[in-house]
Amino acid sequence: MSAPRVAVVIFPGSNCDRDVLHVLRGVLGADAHTVWHEERSLAGFDAVILPGGFSYGDYLRAGAIAATSPILAAVRAAASAGVLVAGICNGFQILLEAGLLPGAMLPNRDATFVCDWTRIRVERDDLPFTCAYGRGQIARMPVAHGEGNYYADADTLSRLEANRQVVFRYVDDDGAATAHGNPNGALHNIAGIVDERGNVLGMMPHPERCSEALLGSCDGRAFFEGLLASIAKRAHSVAGGGR
Amino acid sequence: MRTDAAVDAAFSLADVRAAGLRWTEYLEIRGRLGREPNRVELAMFGVMWSEHCAYKHSRRYLKLLPTQGDGVLQGPGENAGVVEVAPGIGVALKVESHNHPSAIDPFHGAATGVGGILRDVLSMGARPIAILDSLRFGSPAHAASRRLRDGVVSGIAHYGNAIGVPTVGGELVYEDRYAENPLVNAACIGIVRADRLARSAAAGPGNPVLYAGARTGRDGIGGAAFASDELDVASVDRDRSAVQIGDPFAGKSLIEATLAALDTGVVVAIQDMGAAGLTCATSEMSSKGGVGMRIDLARVPRREAGMTAGELLLSESQERMLLIVRQGEADTVAAIYRRWGLQAEVIGEVTAEPALRIYDGGTLVVDLPPESLTEAPAYQVPEEEPKGRALIVEAPESPRSVAEALLRVLGAPTVASKRAVFRQYDHMVQLNTVVAPGADAAVLRLKEAPPVAIAVAIDGNGRTTWLDAWAGGAGAASEAALNVACTGARPVAATDGLNFGSPEKPETAWDLHNAIAGIADACRAMRVPIVGGNVSLYNESPVGSIFPTPMVAVIGVLSDVSCALTSAFRDDGDLIVLIGEEAASLDGSEYDKIVRGRVAGKPVRVDVAAHARLVALLPALAADGLLQSAHDVSGGGLAVALAECCIAGHFGARCRISGSSDPELALFGEGPSRVVATVTRSRLAALVARCRSAGVPVAELGVVEGDALAIRAASADLVVGLDQLRTAWEG
Amino acid sequence: MTTANATAARVRLTILLKDGVLDAQGQAVERALRTMDYDAAHVRVGRVIDLDLPAANWQEAAREMCTRFLANPLIEEFEITRLDEEAR
Repeated sequence: MSAPRVAVVIFPGSNCDRDVLHVLRGVLGADAHTVWHEERSLAGFDAVILPGGFSYGDYLRAGAIAATSPILAAVRAAASAGVLVAGICNGFQILLEAGLLPGAMLPNRDATFVCDWTRIRVERDDLPFTCAYGRGQIARMPVAHGEGNYYADADTLSRLEANRQVVFRYVDDDGAATAHGNPNGALHNIAGIVDERGNVLGMMPHPERCSEALLGSCDGRAFFEGLLASIAKRAHSVAGGGR
Repeated sequence: MRTDAAVDAAFSLADVRAAGLRWTEYLEIRGRLGREPNRVELAMFGVMWSEHCAYKHSRRYLKLLPTQGDGVLQGPGENAGVVEVAPGIGVALKVESHNHPSAIDPFHGAATGVGGILRDVLSMGARPIAILDSLRFGSPAHAASRRLRDGVVSGIAHYGNAIGVPTVGGELVYEDRYAENPLVNAACIGIVRADRLARSAAAGPGNPVLYAGARTGRDGIGGAAFASDELDVASVDRDRSAVQIGDPFAGKSLIEATLAALDTGVVVAIQDMGAAGLTCATSEMSSKGGVGMRIDLARVPRREAGMTAGELLLSESQERMLLIVRQGEADTVAAIYRRWGLQAEVIGEVTAEPALRIYDGGTLVVDLPPESLTEAPAYQVPEEEPKGRALIVEAPESPRSVAEALLRVLGAPTVASKRAVFRQYDHMVQLNTVVAPGADAAVLRLKEAPPVAIAVAIDGNGRTTWLDAWAGGAGAASEAALNVACTGARPVAATDGLNFGSPEKPETAWDLHNAIAGIADACRAMRVPIVGGNVSLYNESPVGSIFPTPMVAVIGVLSDVSCALTSAFRDDGDLIVLIGEEAASLDGSEYDKIVRGRVAGKPVRVDVAAHARLVALLPALAADGLLQSAHDVSGGGLAVALAECCIAGHFGARCRISGSSDPELALFGEGPSRVVATVTRSRLAALVARCRSAGVPVAELGVVEGDALAIRAASADLVVGLDQLRTAWEG
Repeated sequence: MTTANATAARVRLTILLKDGVLDAQGQAVERALRTMDYDAAHVRVGRVIDLDLPAANWQEAAREMCTRFLANPLIEEFEITRLDEEAR
């Protein structure tokens, strides 16, 4: 079969689209394409990435306006058809606002933007996004956001935990999920979650920023490698786009 | 000043002053035009002949600066300078001040400062890849200074983070002289293919003039002229309307749309509409191209109803560009901007006759030769050497030991860690940041030309400049170049930001002249051309002038990014050496201010020839793998430099400083040409031989070991644990 | 405040974080006010949206757009007020 085709969606204000493309194409040699937010179809793509940035300037709420763009209908259709969808940073915020993932983002605990290295624990290794990590592995990844303080009500949180939907958790230097290791105040130290079916993922840390040794860590590369490998392993490419 | 001509003048002295002009300038305008200017024209002269746009008091000194050198693709005179850093790859750079707007409204003032400098670099066809900020505030002990700082930092973060350009470095310095008049200088670096450089000279009669970007509102009317006025107490309220509001979302879209527009190859010329807005862009583009323009203001996209011709011409609304497009291609380019949700309207055309004719619908409102606006008169004012400058500043009681003194200097706001600030800036986006903020210089890999990287630093020392203007100017250029060289990069170009008080005061004129001469002398010796810059004068408030503060940003080239060095000690057992001239003094030093409570005397003047040898030697040593780490000795002297290397590397050190019988001088004295470096034991001999043959002094200082910093200097013995150092530095 | 025509209502939507949800901005503003010696407490920072809506069903329309888009019901609450009641 042909190589996995990955879509990187660009909204006005996205600013990590070129970075994700660089890693997919330049570092991993993958077949990645940009898709403009006004498009209505994602047919032919095996995975969709919503990159980081400040779509629509974060006006109203981070991700809220992007969640109304035409492409989101196609993302929704692709997700229900089983296509892999990953939202990174602002992409995660968009998936929350679009209702594709549960919960919401609040401004960071310290009320300021934070750009720094964090440690995250990989809670599951049985997902296409994390199959190249070991369970319990601790990865060093940067965050860069003003609203990454994950919030959900108590019921939602216990459902997320019971279903093992928490994929990444912030931890401290000793590997414990403490307040000290938590850069933004996220409940349960949540850095990334997945939907019930396991093909829609949102994460605040930036794996594309740590996929080359030169930039201080290679711990993010396994995210993209796992994604590409698991698509290649699938028996057939799922036709996305819903039309 | 008033002459008989006043009798039959159309304008009163009050009118002329309100426009920001002198009476003699008004007479000069009448002479040039051979008629009375109308009110709109007078206002246009007011902004174009402001110090900010016209360099009336600094032009004659700026001629001292070297501007040519190997690889310079574009020197001063364009929106930014450009230098070739790899075959076919240019880097654009420019620094700009936003001091006065930031004093009035720190958040929006700083944000629009960042936006403005980004568009200067964008105007060269370059994609902005990094921002550096050089900031000065009053002591953080005062709540008002903290509020200004926090506002400025949030403003920079607000704009820079959203726009996706990393803030990779800069300076944050506290001196009470800046309490009422903070300095906010932002530098931007961009990358452009050498064969795709864009320029601003209009050409091609009949070519359409395309307005692109955000709509025009009543923002910052007269801001350029306002940037050249002294601040007074009332101005904080009165001038608020002169502060522009930025929209980083529109700014980001403008970058993408403009780069896509330039990719079409049909754009003849481009310039951003910043200070003095449409007036500046139309007159400068026409004047540079030796052509004219016919503009219809009725076609300018606007945000509010009822704007007058004068308001449309002087508005400083942000996120706007003016383009000259090849005939028949305006729709193609306009479609690109509209796709990004921006305005794009043809508002006129280029004319062969060099006249700037501006209509409002059918009415001709302005008819001026473009160069009458762009060629303002220049002034020479008397200079007087300042004498006996000295300050007593508040200092707590004397430390009981040199160890306590070290901790005090290390914890001084200007020396201490700036991590709390840098964490608020996205310094990683674009995936180029190899060495992040907090280092001597930031290092950015170039994806366009691997394994080449560039290093960039910005430096300036107002205290030194106040005590000795030449030393301050030369020191700023020397320190920025040395910081770049400490990463292993070869300095190739610089841009300067000159922040001074009123040039009409003889002592300030003297400072300005000598500081520029210092920059020129140092840059000439190092063969580092100044490819552009910015002048901000009248930085005064009722309590006095700022310290004269020249800042210089230097970029350097690292031919192989894997050879990049940082200041961090790397291995137990590595030997520590001091490379460079030993000359140092406590005059003007951080120690003198923090511990002894004085700012006085004569700081060490850099020996520009010796400094150039040091700056040339370091990249060669790094390329040959002779160094493990390198760090320039600056504020706080040798003791602080050693402490910083220990903290960064998580190693202790044992050192002995010989040569001075005064322990304070040995530990805390400051000199411009010293580097603390480490070398493996086996390569020491080779390193020493290379330094000697290059004519650069080198001395052994000690060894990397343990978990404490131990220094013996003359009669003093100092031992401080690594944890204690870190606690003092991190605050 | 006048509206475009007689059949329009001028409406103000006030959106605040729910009680119990961390309002980091509100806390930061409160701290700043206190350092400025104001005795301020319970500070909350939200946003205000003014708009014209058809007078016929302004309340329903406002409630619906808040629930679907302008507010995030997970974390925010909203209040709808009509600004031009007296002018009518």
